[in-house]
Amino acid sequence: MPTMSEKILARASGKSEVEAGDIVIANIDVAMTHDLTGPLSVESFEKIGAEKVWDPSKIVIPFDHQVPADSIDSANNHMIMREFVKKQNIEHFYDVNAGVCHQILPELGHVVPGEVIVGADSHTCTHGALGAFATGIGSTDMAMVFSEGNLWLKVPETNRFEITGKLKENVYAKDVILHIIGQVSADGSTYKACEFAGETVSDMSVSDRMVLCNMAIEMGGKTGLVEPDQKTIDYVEKRSDKAYKVYKTDLDSPSLNIIDIDVSDLEPQVACPHHVDNVRPVSEVDQELDQVFLGSCTNGRLSDLRQAAKILKGKKVAKGTRMLVIPASKEVYSRALDEGLLKIFVDAGALVSAPCCGPCLGGHTGIIGPGEVSLSTSNRNFKGRQGSPDGKVFLSSAAVAAASAIEGRIVAPE
Amino acid sequence: MKGTAWKFGDDIDTDIIVPGRYLIYTDEERLAQHCMEGLDADFDKKCKKGDFIVAGRNFGCGSSREHAPIALKGVGVSAVIAESFARIFYRNATNVGVPLLEAPGITELVENEEEIEVDMDKGLITNQSGETIEFKKLPPFMLEILEQGGLIEYLKNKR
Repeated sequence: MPTMSEKILARASGKSEVEAGDIVIANIDVAMTHDLTGPLSVESFEKIGAEKVWDPSKIVIPFDHQVPADSIDSANNHMIMREFVKKQNIEHFYDVNAGVCHQILPELGHVVPGEVIVGADSHTCTHGALGAFATGIGSTDMAMVFSEGNLWLKVPETNRFEITGKLKENVYAKDVILHIIGQVSADGSTYKACEFAGETVSDMSVSDRMVLCNMAIEMGGKTGLVEPDQKTIDYVEKRSDKAYKVYKTDLDSPSLNIIDIDVSDLEPQVACPHHVDNVRPVSEVDQELDQVFLGSCTNGRLSDLRQAAKILKGKKVAKGTRMLVIPASKEVYSRALDEGLLKIFVDAGALVSAPCCGPCLGGHTGIIGPGEVSLSTSNRNFKGRQGSPDGKVFLSSAAVAAASAIEGRIVAPE
Repeated sequence: MKGTAWKFGDDIDTDIIVPGRYLIYTDEERLAQHCMEGLDADFDKKCKKGDFIVAGRNFGCGSSREHAPIALKGVGVSAVIAESFARIFYRNATNVGVPLLEAPGITELVENEEEIEVDMDKGLITNQSGETIEFKKLPPFMLEILEQGGLIEYLKNKR
C-alpha cells in the first residue's frame, strides 16, 4: 500500500515500512552542496566540532552559482570550498567548468532510482525525475549530514498528478508545470511529495521530466518524483555504474491524493510577476521585454536549446532586447556546439555564456535594473529575484523565450 | 516576550528576506543589513531586538538559503508568526535559533507596528486590546534547540 516515497524512506531508514507523518532517520546516499551554500555548510561543520566527513565518496560539490568568480568575496568562497574538498578528500568535486548542479548530478551518474539525495539547494527535487527521493535542505542540516551521514525527515504525503492528453505543438513540460502550479498555488503541495504520472509523462523524455520535478518546490513540495520506466533505466545505465532499485507507488495508499490534469488543450503558459503561481496563457499577456534568459536547471538542457534554435534560426533578437543563452552543463554546451546551435544564437545576436546559473538568482551575471523586464526560462520570478526589486521577471518555456526574443515582447511561437 | 509586530503578506519568499546577490556573505551582521530589503529598504533600521514578524501564508517559500533566517536573527527578530510556513525555511529557522510560530488567524488579530505579547509556555499571542490567539506549541526538543540559540549550540552543549 505504500507510496514510492514511503518505500524509499523505509529502505533508507532500515525499516520494513513507514507511513506518512512518521519521522525517520534516513541514511543519505548523495549529499550535494555548491559554491553559494557550501561555505555556510563548512562553517557549521567546523562549529559542530566534526573532523571527518562520514563518506567522502557520497558528497558531490559543484561550483555553479558564481562561476567564474565575479568578486573577491565569491573567489574567497570558492577557496573555502576547494580547501574543504582537499582536506576531506571529496571524490566528486566539479570546479568552475562543469555546469549547473541539478544538470550535472544526473548527467554524470550521481543519481540513480531509489536513492535518498539531499542538496543544500531547494531545486534538489529535480532528481526525483529519475525515481530518487531528493530534497533541498539548509546548510546546518547539510553539516549534520556531512558529519553523520543521516538526517531526520518527516515522511510526506503524496500529491500525484495524473497528467493525460497529447501536448499541442509548441507546448512543453514547462507549460505543464506552470499550469499545475497555477492551479494548486504556491503552497498547494507544502510538505508533500509531488509525483508526476500519466500518459503525458510517460511520453516525455527524462529531460522533460526533470522540468516537472524541478518546479515541485514552487508549490511547496518536499520532492518531485516520476516512477522509473525504460527511459529512466536507459538514461541511468548509460551514465552510472551504481546499483539502483526501482520503487513504484501503490495506488491504494491512504496517503495518496490523486489530482487529474488534462493538458490536451493547454496553450503556452507564462508565470507573471512576482509569484510563480500567477500563471496565464501567453495569449493573454502583453509585455515588452528588456532581457530574455534561456538557461538554468529548469530549461538549460539540450532539448531546450534545440527548441529555441529552431525558432531563432536565421532570425534576429529584437533591437532593444538582449538575449542571454547559458547551456546548463559542459556536456550540453559541447553538444550544442557540435550541432551548430550556439552559432544560431550568436548569429541571432544573443550572448552565449559558459555553463552556470546565470541571471536566475540575480547574484552573478545578467542582473536587471530598476523597471526592467526579463523573460526567463528559470523557475522563480520573485520580486528582486534577478536584480532590482523594481524589475519584473516572467517565466516561460524555451520556445516562448526564443519567439519572444525575436519580437521583443512576450509571444507564443507560431 | 513583548515587541513590535512588523506585518507582511502571503508568500514572503527567501529572495525578499535576503536577495541572492548577498549570499556571498555568511555573517549575521552583513546579512541583516539587507533583510526584507526588496519590500522595505530600511527594515534593518526599524526592527529592534525582540520584535516580531507577522505574516500570511507560506512564509519563507523559495530557496534553501540559510542566510534568510540568519538575516532575521541578525535584525533581532525574536519570532516569526505566520498563518503557515514553507518547509525548508521551517527547518533552517529552527536550526539557527529563530522560533516560527504557526498561528492561523494571526493576520486578522494584529496590525502593523502593534505591540504584542507572546507566551511560549502557554502558546498564546495577545494583541494590544487584549485579544488572544493560540499558536501550535513547539515540541520540547525544538524549544530546547531554540533556547540554546540553534542546532549547533544545542549539539555542542550536549557533548
